[in-house]
Amino acid sequence: MKRLLVANRGEIAVRIIRAARDLGIETVAVCSDADTEAKHVRLADAVMPIGPAPATKSYLVGDAIVDAARGAGADAVHPGYGFLSERAEFAAAVADAGLTFVGPEASVIEQMGDKVRARKVAMEAGVPTVPGTTDGTADVDAAVTAAADIGYPVMLKAAAGGGGRGIRVVDNEAELASEFPAASAEAAKAFGDGQMYLERFVRSSRHVEVQVLGDGKDAVHLFERECSLQRRRQKVIEEAPSPGISEETRQAMTQAAVSLCEHVGYRNAGTCEFLVDDETGEFFFIEMNTRIQVEHPITELITGIDLVAEQLRIAAGEPLGLWQSDITKRGHAIEFRICAEDPERDFMPGPGSVGRVELPGGPWVRTDTWLTPQSKVSPFYDSLVAKLIVWGDDRPTALRRAGRALSEFIVEGVPTTTALLREITTEPWFEEGQFNTGTLEAWLAERSQAAGMEATG
Amino acid sequence: MSRHEVVTPIPGVFYRKPDPESPNFVKAGQAVAAEDTIGLVEVMKSFHPVPAGVAGKVVDYIVEGESVVDAGQAVLALEVER
Repeated sequence: MKRLLVANRGEIAVRIIRAARDLGIETVAVCSDADTEAKHVRLADAVMPIGPAPATKSYLVGDAIVDAARGAGADAVHPGYGFLSERAEFAAAVADAGLTFVGPEASVIEQMGDKVRARKVAMEAGVPTVPGTTDGTADVDAAVTAAADIGYPVMLKAAAGGGGRGIRVVDNEAELASEFPAASAEAAKAFGDGQMYLERFVRSSRHVEVQVLGDGKDAVHLFERECSLQRRRQKVIEEAPSPGISEETRQAMTQAAVSLCEHVGYRNAGTCEFLVDDETGEFFFIEMNTRIQVEHPITELITGIDLVAEQLRIAAGEPLGLWQSDITKRGHAIEFRICAEDPERDFMPGPGSVGRVELPGGPWVRTDTWLTPQSKVSPFYDSLVAKLIVWGDDRPTALRRAGRALSEFIVEGVPTTTALLREITTEPWFEEGQFNTGTLEAWLAERSQAAGMEATG
Repeated sequence: MSRHEVVTPIPGVFYRKPDPESPNFVKAGQAVAAEDTIGLVEVMKSFHPVPAGVAGKVVDYIVEGESVVDAGQAVLALEVER
């Protein structure tokens, strides 16, 4: 690998260019008409324009990117995250053009990117998945038998339904026996089909994911990331290790991720997402992301391993240079996603011209960003302007450092979520690590209600 | 009757329809109320409705679907009672 085209923009393009540079690999940036002055373009050795500002006409046009790679004499393509990173056709097109795709083969992207197929593969590999029925039933006795296997509480879903309609949760057999016939009758009336699926219902869940690296034969894990703090399914704050799982759960979950990767012959970096039942500690495989993730730096800070450099080495054909026993974790890392949105106006995106920029620094503070003074936050792409990542030798130290670093972050001209993130770091539930996937939205709803009452007096 | 132009409050990509399979939000000759949505603007991967703002009768869209718009740009013409 001599010359790498980075098929992305923003902070991740900057991040990938830096890793390539560290390895002595030349870099080619791509840019839309909106990004000709962007930081990733200025950092790269060469740049290829790929089309108009809307992503559907530039960063999402696979053919234009493959042509750019050929035209620039690149021998490899890194897709970053988002955009084309999990499109199997793109990975195949890159390979067909005789170039190296930095990621798993197209067939593996396809297999692991499809939730239903990935679930089947996980079951084959002995990895726990959310217990449930594979076929629907309209018979109450069959439902009772199935529920005994699944374990309560159980969720009833209309087989023909969708969008969460007609879902009921029952806590025990008596409730199931009394509710099932009505639920089934309702489904029959609404959807013309009374068959119901049964699935374990997890009342309080955490989203915890395991970072893996594989070379097609062997796989290793780099511990987990806690990603439960989400708003509209977008992660807001991530940390490693998870403050909410036991050492026993950690060991079982990371081992499950490694087994799954070895089972599919996974090559490159990937992430196995698990849903953890906060009450029982049980964990279930949800899906696999076959790319580098936004929150990868927290794993880098607790392990000391450059994940993007590892991606490039593996793609270049090197076997894993790490044994599991080489990988240890030290301390605690937290990432804050700083977005150009106004939290006081329901997170309204605020594109515009950036004035002054002051980035936090100092010991164990890392800021991954494309932001520069006098740059522009474009309306065409996502609102992430910077990732602030801090490390501390324990969680309280990392938290204090986070407060300090967030207070140093200044960007003028556009709204950002910085102040809100700082407020979260002082909330008792966050300080204590007591949260689940619903906590942040519930807290935000309460907060905006309180603000509304204050405003109306 | 006089002409009124509905402007988008935010920059981004303007859409005349809620999704590719649906018809446009409004058509020429149609009466709209102030709170009726006449289009969407996609900004930073999120979609925001553009309300008519005033009651009136639709003349026509001023910009094409999927065109790039600035904040304050006119997107739809209405005929309103003076």
